[in-house]
Amino acid sequence: MDLKFSKEDLEFKQEVEGFLDANYPLDIKEKQDRRYPLDKSDVIKWQKILSKRGWFAITWPKEYGGSDLSPTKKYILQNVLAEANTPILIPFGVNMCGPVIYSFGTEKQKDFHLPKILNSDIWWCQGYSEPGSGSDLASLKTKAEKKGDYYVVNGAKTWTTLAQHADWIFCLVRTKTTSIKQEGISFILIDMNSEGIEVKPIITIDGAHEVNMVYFDNVKVPKENLVGGEGQGWNIAKFLLMHERTGIAGLAAIKRELNRLKELASEIYTGEDTLLEDNSFRKKINETEIELEAAEFTELRTLSAIAKNGAPGPESSILKIKGTELQQRVTELFVEMLGYYAHPFFKENELGSNMSIGPDYAAPVMPNYLNFRKVSIYGGSNEIQRNVIAKAILGL
Amino acid sequence: MDFSFNEEQTLIQNQVEQFIQRDYDWETRQSLAESDLGFSQENWQKFAELGWLGISLSEEAGGFGGSAIETMIVMEEFGKGLVLEPFLETIVLGSSLIDLTGNAEQKKEVLSSVIEGNLQLALAFTEPQSRFNLSDITTEAKEDGKNYLLNGFKSVVMNGPSANQFIVSARTANNQRDIKGISLFLVDANSEGISTRNYKTVDGRRASELTLENVKVSADSILGSLDKGYEFLEKGVDIATLAICAEAVGIMEILYKTTVEYSKTREQFGQPIGKFQVLQHRMVDMFMEYEQSKSLLYMATMKHVENAPDSKKAISGLKYQIGKAGKFVGQESIQIHGGMGVTDELNVGHFFKRLTTIGTIFGNTDFHLKRYSSI
Repeated sequence: MDLKFSKEDLEFKQEVEGFLDANYPLDIKEKQDRRYPLDKSDVIKWQKILSKRGWFAITWPKEYGGSDLSPTKKYILQNVLAEANTPILIPFGVNMCGPVIYSFGTEKQKDFHLPKILNSDIWWCQGYSEPGSGSDLASLKTKAEKKGDYYVVNGAKTWTTLAQHADWIFCLVRTKTTSIKQEGISFILIDMNSEGIEVKPIITIDGAHEVNMVYFDNVKVPKENLVGGEGQGWNIAKFLLMHERTGIAGLAAIKRELNRLKELASEIYTGEDTLLEDNSFRKKINETEIELEAAEFTELRTLSAIAKNGAPGPESSILKIKGTELQQRVTELFVEMLGYYAHPFFKENELGSNMSIGPDYAAPVMPNYLNFRKVSIYGGSNEIQRNVIAKAILGL
Repeated sequence: MDFSFNEEQTLIQNQVEQFIQRDYDWETRQSLAESDLGFSQENWQKFAELGWLGISLSEEAGGFGGSAIETMIVMEEFGKGLVLEPFLETIVLGSSLIDLTGNAEQKKEVLSSVIEGNLQLALAFTEPQSRFNLSDITTEAKEDGKNYLLNGFKSVVMNGPSANQFIVSARTANNQRDIKGISLFLVDANSEGISTRNYKTVDGRRASELTLENVKVSADSILGSLDKGYEFLEKGVDIATLAICAEAVGIMEILYKTTVEYSKTREQFGQPIGKFQVLQHRMVDMFMEYEQSKSLLYMATMKHVENAPDSKKAISGLKYQIGKAGKFVGQESIQIHGGMGVTDELNVGHFFKRLTTIGTIFGNTDFHLKRYSSI
């Protein structure tokens, strides 16, 4: 056992920090530091900067434009980026659709799509959930019927994150009615400009427009846009879930926010003492810190297992649950810290306009708390995650 | 021992319930929340006509001489409809305080207009640094002949935008956090030197930041006696705490019932999700938290009405329970509703938001647990 990073790894850390100093755009940094929403163009700009340096699609194989960074270096890179509060990468292209295409796609699909994903020229969104199919994803009903050279797609997808910005959507669709419902599902790529697609916003309780309904009315999709053959959709979805699992916990970002919370709480007085010195509040912060440290070392154990055996051990399965619970806890502590000043409320489009009431960091705190209720629901609710662990790990 | 309401109380409960069913459907509520005023003046007049505005005020003040029990009944029903009209701010927080402290003239002048529905009040008692400590006051009132000059800043003044009169807590003597030397002033909202910055709050209501710059008020506008405002301020806030807890109990009832209903109709994996034991147990816990909250609400309200020696302690115990249970019931309602729970369209998220602000208003769980143990 050895807790220290190697000399080489530490040098890499410095390299990343130096890169950030030189390349992290100030206008984006300003918005990020204030926790204001980013525009589409901000996100693309940042992704292109990372991509140019070869640090965007770090999990991809080198031959497709990925990196050959060691697992430890990937971890260091992600952590330094998160500590500096750089924008979260939009995962749908780089972390989801890209790996599916280079693992299951045709040469033509690879040639067309991978460079555009690498360069953030195409914004992808994900068409999985449907109004009647949430936790029970395999019950999905959106249909793709083969007619000549096309599939004709009909149905509706929901909770489609940032579909309003998207150029393409990857969807799970039903190409066949089978007795085992998983077997009739296929994975298909659809141009959002196709005729018959309608995007309708869903406004969430934080007042933001982040998710959408996407309706398909006789949408013609060229048959070569199917990935991995008919009926392979469920296997691809499972592959993606594995791919998604590492890094979803976002622990470095949680640590950053917890440190920020402590810093801010040390400036708020409750009588003679600061809130950070208040026994009750401090206890909650410390409990969260301890749980976070445990999760961090669970992640490091996972990393070390991957480096040694090529696969994560069972401990990795708890990271999504622990990560989302910690995220929610920290947003909750921010609300608690602010007291009454958590109540003034501005919608997403009012946020970047210096409208804060009370401390200048106050305005995004409540929307963030409300928005983060989603993290224990999306990507497989924490109830489903626990079912998976019960079945796959505990053998129940 | 009897926990049932008398005939008149039952009548009020039915009246408020009917009002919400007939005149306060969800779409109406949402359009009011989005309107400039943030509530309906017409509804407010209706409350006046039905006699609700004076229900718990003394007969001397022109009220019906009811108690915190009547307020509790109204507020619990209001919670079920997530009513936006500023009953808590104008009637419970503002008018009760005037009823407690005011002289005959103040009561006559202010409260008769309030009861008729023509006057709105707001209690300006919090400052940016004060958190939940009612005596942490830097706003100053300096004697100036027969008048006082008020200077200071009040934060998150609930119902500030609609208030015709503010009740301002100000320091007339001693230091920042002393409980002595605090006086309460009744200040006309149009007074020179008052400026407000108005905004919406996350629960759909309205509040203001209030700046007082050399605001001149006469010595007659002091409520109660000089330097002795703290005791009344604390009592007024305690009364309002009971009321807001009743609102929270109404909200929790709606949330647990709505969630149970949803779990019976939403099907996944070929069965209603309410059949899954993990969700059943969670909903049972929500139900238990609601019932426990209601028990403490009844206890604390009755102790307050009977002026029991441990009444204050009971109120803090109640507010602690409401903060804890409100968070649990609110968060679980959203979780069990899944994606639907985080949409603006569904009412669940809005009930959750109000429970969240109630958790803070008049002191959060940490504050009330400490107060409980100190009494």
